[in-house]
Amino acid sequence: MDEVKIKDQAARDAALRVADYEHGWSSAIETDFAPKGLTEDTVRFISAKKNEPEWMLDWRLKAFRHWQTMETPDWAKLNVPPIDYQDAYYYAAPKAKPKLSSLDEVDPEILEVYKKLGIPIEEQKVLAGVEGARKVAVDAVFDSVSVATTFREELKRAGVIFLSISEAIREYPELVKKWLGKVVPMHDNYFATLNCAVFSDGTFVYVPEGVRCPMELSTYFRINAENTGQFERTLIVADKGAYVSYLEGCTAPMRDENQLHAAVVELVALDDAEIKYSTVQNWYPGNAEGLGGIYNFVTKRALCQGKRSKVSWTQVETGSAITWKYPSCVLNGDDSVGEFYSVAVTNNFQQADTGTKMIHNGKRTRSTIVSKGISAGKSNNTYRGIVRVAPNAESVRNFTQCDSLLLGSTCGAHTVPYIEVRNPTATVEHEATTSKISDDQLFYAMQRGLGQEEAVALIVNGFAKEVLQQLPMEFAVEAQKLLGISLEGSVG
Amino acid sequence: MLRIENLHATVADKPILKGLSLAINAGEIHAIMGPNGAGKSTLSYVLGGRPGYEVIEGSATFEGQDLLDMEPHERAAAGLFLGFQYPVEIPGVSNVQFLREALNAQRKARGQDPLSGGEFLKVAREKAGLLKMDMDMLKRPVNVGFSGGEKKRNEMVQMGILDPKLAILDETDSGLDIDALRTVGDGINAIMRRPDKAVLLITHYQRLLDYVQPDFVHVLAGGRIVKSGGPELALELEREGYAEIAA
Ligand SMILES: Nc1ncnc2c1ncn2[C@@H]1O[C@H](COP(=O)(O)OP(=O)(O)OP(=O)(O)O)[C@@H](O)[C@H]1O
Ligand SMILES: [Mg+2]
Repeated sequence: MDEVKIKDQAARDAALRVADYEHGWSSAIETDFAPKGLTEDTVRFISAKKNEPEWMLDWRLKAFRHWQTMETPDWAKLNVPPIDYQDAYYYAAPKAKPKLSSLDEVDPEILEVYKKLGIPIEEQKVLAGVEGARKVAVDAVFDSVSVATTFREELKRAGVIFLSISEAIREYPELVKKWLGKVVPMHDNYFATLNCAVFSDGTFVYVPEGVRCPMELSTYFRINAENTGQFERTLIVADKGAYVSYLEGCTAPMRDENQLHAAVVELVALDDAEIKYSTVQNWYPGNAEGLGGIYNFVTKRALCQGKRSKVSWTQVETGSAITWKYPSCVLNGDDSVGEFYSVAVTNNFQQADTGTKMIHNGKRTRSTIVSKGISAGKSNNTYRGIVRVAPNAESVRNFTQCDSLLLGSTCGAHTVPYIEVRNPTATVEHEATTSKISDDQLFYAMQRGLGQEEAVALIVNGFAKEVLQQLPMEFAVEAQKLLGISLEGSVG
Repeated sequence: MLRIENLHATVADKPILKGLSLAINAGEIHAIMGPNGAGKSTLSYVLGGRPGYEVIEGSATFEGQDLLDMEPHERAAAGLFLGFQYPVEIPGVSNVQFLREALNAQRKARGQDPLSGGEFLKVAREKAGLLKMDMDMLKRPVNVGFSGGEKKRNEMVQMGILDPKLAILDETDSGLDIDALRTVGDGINAIMRRPDKAVLLITHYQRLLDYVQPDFVHVLAGGRIVKSGGPELALELEREGYAEIAA
């Protein structure tokens, strides 16, 4: 796992813990660390490790040099402790995780979460990094090697390219060069530029003209096989008339405290193509006192370049200490369609600032935004969205629905919609509601036999239903369980 | 089955129940009548364990167990059902999902195996049929957009599915049309009139009692039971009003 340790107050505890494990690391593994800090050498080191061609290194260095001139962003509703980028490792071997000899050494809190998620015991061992578990798990539980292989065969027959971005850079340089950085430009924002310089791995998908991808693509298997890191880079291209549904996210909790997760996801849909991109994010949110947790600063954008193309983002965000994420659609093609369905849950001291941008450049482009924010504890949950209609974009339609649900009185929900319409033929609608889980509802559900937490989970799932039903079936089930788990202890 | 002794309860520090005593045995049907604001719904909430309803004195036992010491869902699993005067809406959650989760939570608490989706639907279909409710209604979100009468009928379908030992039905008859009243009355008899079950009907009118004949009728006024009698007491109240008795 490529690790970035962030120096701040909350990181101390985690740093101490890592120091404790230092003796457990073999010397062979230590040599796989990039030098600490972030310099041109770090960038060269990463590129060399990945056997990248010259053009890729040049691209990374260009990004790095620009990044050095950039200012850290203004955080709006977020309260972000300063990050020391020099006090961090940008490349570390997968095995650098501390090895534990049995599940007894794993934090019982984590095991409890695994149990609730119904993850089999062997799989729990893998997730927790218990020594000797992987082989068993791979063979007996995941069988990810053979699954991944059958999978690849079938995709190959359909002509779909699905591999890690590192492989794609070597094997399909022309395709990658054509689209990399075209949706999210290198200079787009601080974290996207950083990602360009140091991205470690990620996913590349190309669905050729007229092909309907024969299965849902998922990072799930790849994460287990390759340990994708914090600076992921995903590029998905759907050629004319192609269709693909992509599921992102590890549905099991990860305990990687105080890490920066700065991914970039670029989607391209050409004429009549459709991409459905679903995320269930449950990175470690920090503990109940607000210590630790992932900083999730992700740039996700789709280019609906083709006529009648369509991109649909669905996200269920329950994890991370801080989330800063706006999956967006640039609707260039006439009659193209952008959709954004989001559930964001914050509890304890979590902060989420999330939403979307729908940029209507093409004629008769349509967008739908459904955002469901659920806040509990002392958390803050902000929807921030832009709907922009360009002067030449005739007959654009947008519908936005933002609903907030509050659990308790110490949390916050905010809705910040920006609407910029420069063509009078546009129809832009915005609806927003804020409600509380009512005592009436809780008592009613409990009187019928549900425990308090089951009752909360049920009511919250009802609130989020419109979004959850956009997810593929098995993902929806996971997401429902996650919503319940992440809100435990938030009422009463 | 249910034994309430000298129950005192407050809502928002305001005393509502002031020394209420009542005993209900298995196989019996009791009716409670009384003026608006007397504390009838309060009694049902206190027995259900609703937060905010403080018991400051007295006791309530259910089959020998201290009811007041149990969480609301534990009381439900023990076999207590409240038919709400104002049934609550839960958007986005279908009746089927709601009731299946509720029933299985109760079964789990009792150490029984959960019902599968198919087994549950069979029960649901049967009880909905008994109450002449369309299965399509059961697929809709709990009480959302239901008419007043439909909500009350839905409460009875829920009762049928959950199959409690003791049902406290708070003004289940209000809002029902003439035909629905008969259907609901027949439903209550079919589901609850059994030697091992009991019902406490809270009502303002004789009309429901025409269908569900009570063994005992009580008058609740000023937070206490001020008079008890047989079915004839309800008829007397309907003629005379509460003025005489409550005075
Ligand atoms: N939260 C509250 N704060 C203050 N008073 C309350 C509260 N809830 C209930 N009460 C009062 O308690 C009293 C009893 O109410 P309850 O609902 O039990 O009456 P009821 O006998 O069911 O009346 P009805 O026949 O109208 O349904 C009423 O005077 C009511 O105003
Ligand atoms: Mg009442």
